[in-house]
Amino acid sequence: MTYACDFAGERHRFDSLAAVMACASPARSGDELAGLAAHSAAQRVAARAVLADLPLRHFLNVALVPYESDEVTRLIIDSHDAAAFAPLASMTVGDLRDWLLLPAIDCTALAAVARGLTPEMVAAVSKLMRNQDLIVVAQKVRVVTAFRNTIGLAEHLSTRLQPNHPADDPRGIAAAVLDGLIHGVGDAVIGINPASDSVPGALRLLTMLDDLRQRYAIPTQTCVLTHVTNTLEIIARGGPVDLVFQSVAGSEAANRGFGIDLALLREAHAAALDLGRGSVGRNVMYFETGQGAALSANAHHAVDQQTMEARAYAVARAFDPLLVNTVVGFIGPEYLYDGKQIIRAALEDHFCGKLLGLPMGCDVCYTNHAEADQDDMDVLMTVLTVAGCTFLICVPGNDDVMLSYQSLSYHDALTLRAMTGVRPAPEFAEWLAAMDLIAPDGSIRALGAAALVRRLDTSGLDASGLVV
Amino acid sequence: MWARLRATTPARIALGRVGHTLPLDEVLRFQLDHARARDAVHAAFDTAALAAALAPLATIALASAAPDRATYLRRPDLGRRLAADSAAALARAVVDDPAIGGRDAVIVVGDGLSATGVQAGGAALVRALVAECAGLTLAPVVLARGARVALGDEIGAALRARVVVMVIGERPGLSVADSLGIYLTYAPRIGCPDSARNCISNIHARGGLTPGAAAATLGRLLRESLRRALSGVDLKDEGGALPSHHHRLEPPDA
Repeated sequence: MTYACDFAGERHRFDSLAAVMACASPARSGDELAGLAAHSAAQRVAARAVLADLPLRHFLNVALVPYESDEVTRLIIDSHDAAAFAPLASMTVGDLRDWLLLPAIDCTALAAVARGLTPEMVAAVSKLMRNQDLIVVAQKVRVVTAFRNTIGLAEHLSTRLQPNHPADDPRGIAAAVLDGLIHGVGDAVIGINPASDSVPGALRLLTMLDDLRQRYAIPTQTCVLTHVTNTLEIIARGGPVDLVFQSVAGSEAANRGFGIDLALLREAHAAALDLGRGSVGRNVMYFETGQGAALSANAHHAVDQQTMEARAYAVARAFDPLLVNTVVGFIGPEYLYDGKQIIRAALEDHFCGKLLGLPMGCDVCYTNHAEADQDDMDVLMTVLTVAGCTFLICVPGNDDVMLSYQSLSYHDALTLRAMTGVRPAPEFAEWLAAMDLIAPDGSIRALGAAALVRRLDTSGLDASGLVV
Repeated sequence: MWARLRATTPARIALGRVGHTLPLDEVLRFQLDHARARDAVHAAFDTAALAAALAPLATIALASAAPDRATYLRRPDLGRRLAADSAAALARAVVDDPAIGGRDAVIVVGDGLSATGVQAGGAALVRALVAECAGLTLAPVVLARGARVALGDEIGAALRARVVVMVIGERPGLSVADSLGIYLTYAPRIGCPDSARNCISNIHARGGLTPGAAAATLGRLLRESLRRALSGVDLKDEGGALPSHHHRLEPPDA
């Protein structure tokens, strides 16, 4: 089948649905690297015109990645909810864009259609939307998840405290955790990327985090972001696993590159649920994704990177995760070249994840070989917070000294709260209040570590282990 | 107390606050570190200067198909192939002096993502590697501009080297902008998978591996690679743990 339109006096033809989708995407280096991007700016707009007129139903009939050979496609098609899709069944992609933007379409209406939408449909409609459209619609979606606290409520923004250390030194990690807690960070998760990857090493870090959490009765969850097979081994050894982490991508072949498949994720999901460690909820999975992951594994099936990214969300939503985040600027400038591309991609990922029903967060970040800096991140963190982003990752002083890239800082979380009035998860906010860390105006007090440790001690807890 | 805590990590903890944000001196310190990393990424590789530093070792200067730094960053595929004139020059060099072909190993020095790194530490590391390769036959050292790791495959194949040893500038971080990595590949050919390589990374003067320690590890791996006629995941270094990758989405190669 070919797709064509007459646009401003010129005839445009596209050989496949994948070509329409790729050409309709805003310009980005990864699609250019893959040889999939529009050849001209005019062709890009023509592709959008073609896309706008396609019936949503078309995406149920034409698979971008073959059903027979890809379990992610099978998951998408087999779990499609026809009843939820019914109100949208006669719409084109353009109609869906208009419908989403209607003020009457609220969080209830959006939640009702989430299981009727496929990743390809939401990727397609995002390509017709300006940044402000992506923000306005995402802001209307409400996805609430829970484990030891409640994440995703309106007017709230959670944060992942990421205390990485280049040698996994437990004292260095504890110091970064303490600094984060003083800034009111860490309600989404206290999550370490380990520098060296071994089961004993991860178990040691996890035990240290769990001791710390229990000693100070912090209503949050902890995680060492190691491979799912390592986490299964840690569970088998009786380790204190709150959340199972895994990077996921949008095709079976790309997931194989990560050493996973859906069956392995099902096994891990069941194992974590069996532990029953959550106090207020049972969302036990944490996933990371990122545009370019499938292409870098040469497992993109000639599909543009934004559509492949949205397909990863189908994998994530099959496991009722507590947290999902795109690592948007981490994968490098060959996929997202500069601040403009990173900002656009982050808004797309957040929008698509939310529309599909995920608790979508973001690592607002860049590497040193990308054309981006902290000014771009200031813009991105602000627009994502306005868009109702579920959580953001924070590291000390914007500098991840293990992964060698720049993310948001603890201070950035303070700034976002002051700018927009967003608050951390209610259970975590109560703990902060009990620690006298909340000022009368709701902001986080500037408090020295010694004062916090005194307060921890007077609350009947022994902080001596923290400040060895 | 914060002084004790700060000593436990290179992370930027206990920075203080001005209102809800960072004190200006911390902002400027961060900007300077980022500027150094950016300068390292965009610096040009002066192959003539490195050739002079390596004399009397014989060197050959080549370039990848990436014509400039901006293209190099967007198109890693071009950084993995020689420019047409460089490929022709290398073929001519083998015809002119057939003895440089078929050696045990060829050392390639590529700028990668930090020309600053190879410019500052490349000569010392290459000399340490050459010393470690005593008893083996080596092709002239190749200095490659606009290089990704896999550029060594085409160079090694053209020279019919049994092993290619790629020394390359690593992606700069804020604390270290001049770190080097070494990649070893047996039987190099265009299209070698990354799983066929062994990597030694974090070679730098700020708490990283010393050139001597990195060369000693490489020497063990190289001899074992030649003896067993393989490289990659099946080749382990018994002398110490190689850094293992973390399970974040894979960052791009150097």
